[in-house]
Amino acid sequence: MGRTVLVTGVSRYLGGRMAVLLASDPAVSNVIGVDVVPPDLAIPGTEFVRADIRNPVIAKVMGEAGVDTVVHMGVIATSKQAGGRSTMKEINVIGTMQLLAACQRTPSVRSLIVKSTAAVYGSGPKDPAKFSEDMEPRHAPSSGWAKDSVEVETYVRGFARRRPDVTVTNLRFANFIGPHVQTALTAYFSLPVVPTVFGFDPRLQFVHEDDGLEAIRTAVLAPRQGTFNVAGDGVLMLSQALRRARRPTIAVPGPMFSAVGRALSPRGLADFSAEAVRYLTFGRALDTRAMRRTLGFEPSWTSEGAFMSFMNRDELAPEADVA
Amino acid sequence: MPDADVIPFGAPGDPDRDAGRVALGPSKAARVVGNTGPQPTGPVVPVEGRRPVVEREPSAAGVVGTHEVWTDDEIPEGEGWLDFVRRRMAGDYGVDDFGFDPELTDKVLLSVLRPLYRSWFRVETTGLESVPSESGALIVANHSGVIAIDAAMAQVALHDEHPAHRHLRMLGANLVFQMPVMGEIARKAGHTLACQPDAERLLAAGELVGVWPEGFKGIGKPFSQRYKLQRFGRGGFVAAALRTKSPIIPTAIVGAEEIYPMIANAKTIARILGLPYFPITPTFPWLGPVGMVPLPSKWLIHFGDPIPTDHFPEGAADDPMVVFNLTDQVREQIQQSLYRLLVKRPSAFG
Repeated sequence: MGRTVLVTGVSRYLGGRMAVLLASDPAVSNVIGVDVVPPDLAIPGTEFVRADIRNPVIAKVMGEAGVDTVVHMGVIATSKQAGGRSTMKEINVIGTMQLLAACQRTPSVRSLIVKSTAAVYGSGPKDPAKFSEDMEPRHAPSSGWAKDSVEVETYVRGFARRRPDVTVTNLRFANFIGPHVQTALTAYFSLPVVPTVFGFDPRLQFVHEDDGLEAIRTAVLAPRQGTFNVAGDGVLMLSQALRRARRPTIAVPGPMFSAVGRALSPRGLADFSAEAVRYLTFGRALDTRAMRRTLGFEPSWTSEGAFMSFMNRDELAPEADVA
Repeated sequence: MPDADVIPFGAPGDPDRDAGRVALGPSKAARVVGNTGPQPTGPVVPVEGRRPVVEREPSAAGVVGTHEVWTDDEIPEGEGWLDFVRRRMAGDYGVDDFGFDPELTDKVLLSVLRPLYRSWFRVETTGLESVPSESGALIVANHSGVIAIDAAMAQVALHDEHPAHRHLRMLGANLVFQMPVMGEIARKAGHTLACQPDAERLLAAGELVGVWPEGFKGIGKPFSQRYKLQRFGRGGFVAAALRTKSPIIPTAIVGAEEIYPMIANAKTIARILGLPYFPITPTFPWLGPVGMVPLPSKWLIHFGDPIPTDHFPEGAADDPMVVFNLTDQVREQIQQSLYRLLVKRPSAFG
């Protein structure tokens, strides 16, 4: 008998693709998708459960289906997606608490995989060139998605203590990029005029969307206890990325950056929150040795290659879009 | 023709490093093609970024040191400055994980510093045989001169005068990386934050790492205290050398003390500007921008005999007594070397 996997956040692009990827895997016999909103399209091979965070329905579903693996991809990055910062915080933090409570009550759960973000390291001038998993942030994030992710990781660590029999894999991803995925950063690179912080050129690291999903699949099929950075090799300077993207840029002094950024992004898809501004000022890079040694995952795209595939997205033949 | 390269980092056998090598695959192919035909400046097809597994090279074949990754002969002959600017504008170049841009450093940054080194300060460098050609080493030097021109001159010396044209990767204070423009240039020139993980990462990768352990105490000291070494930090640099078993090369730089003779420190202005000190010299700030021109003192740089660290037992880096003693030994050697150079120098501006 194959595995029964529960995936949260399936109504968004990555979660949906993850569910499809797992459903097609011979080692997985059953995939249950959970989200607060129904997906736009049916996800083949997946049973969808619409779960509200104020409702203990997940625990019931998990118990009845005998879920053994939980993939938590339900943390939202921008308030635009959730319809407000308070809703976003509620979905991210309270939603995670509810999910972990359900996991704790379900004896069949053997492994938990959490999609976290490298944003938990923060960014600033005191950062080492590369963060490894055991390093404490030098500039701890104080707001938004990054702060939510720090709290999510805290609850996940608490769960790992209470259920030592469950293998907990926490994956800290660099920024997702690729031909399809839409994030605040892809919106930033798509602005008609891209603002940059004057006098700073951050180092950026990316993970290709296919690689990101493969990393999660690797963790589902061979669970490993611990926290792992996941990123494509190498870094790209912001200036270099923008030159390759052939984008007109405007250098804005630091204090005015977020105001100018917001003015240039009328639809508000690009993120100019304090944390995003710090990232676009100081950048960040990850040490991915543990990803290779312990998790056993080998990305097939470099940071540069992943960025190129995002840049050339229009030239690609349209693939069958899932979810 | 060089396509964008990802420059390998990490110790031999380090998976990070292997990955860097592999990422060179498509670029190398592109380089061969580029040598016979026009420069491929158009957007790269996405498959190029995907790393073919068959091109994986054994790490043993990997070269150590960035100077070998980007040598002058790799930059195509006959590439005029216009082509160079055009290629730069297309983002067609590589940086390593620290943000080090070897091409920009060689072609632009060092070219700006070179006239200062050769004509203005007439730097004479000795003891380069102490600096290894391939392996990692820690260059420890005295710090002076209000702004870190001494560090920049040491970088020019090692690149221009050393037979292996080595790049010096310096460890700087976080203030450097906090300042606009300065922080950006420092990263591109290959420098990084003075912290244990970065020092060890660079040394383990076989890089030449430069530290100025006196920090702001040394660079911002009054003229009356010239050539008197200040306290040597907390010995973090010694621990990094011990952990990576890299030799320490005590280096003395004479001449930087006279470029901006600091007669006073305007502490209130410094506090307002958030700086560790604000220099008052006979010409600055009185003469405005003219006061910022450094005086043309005569410089001597001497790389002293390396102090090996590989004979210490495992775990010596965690023994504070070993670290203190080694720190003192390095400091003493630099101080002696400074006195010798000062005697050798005919006069401050000779």
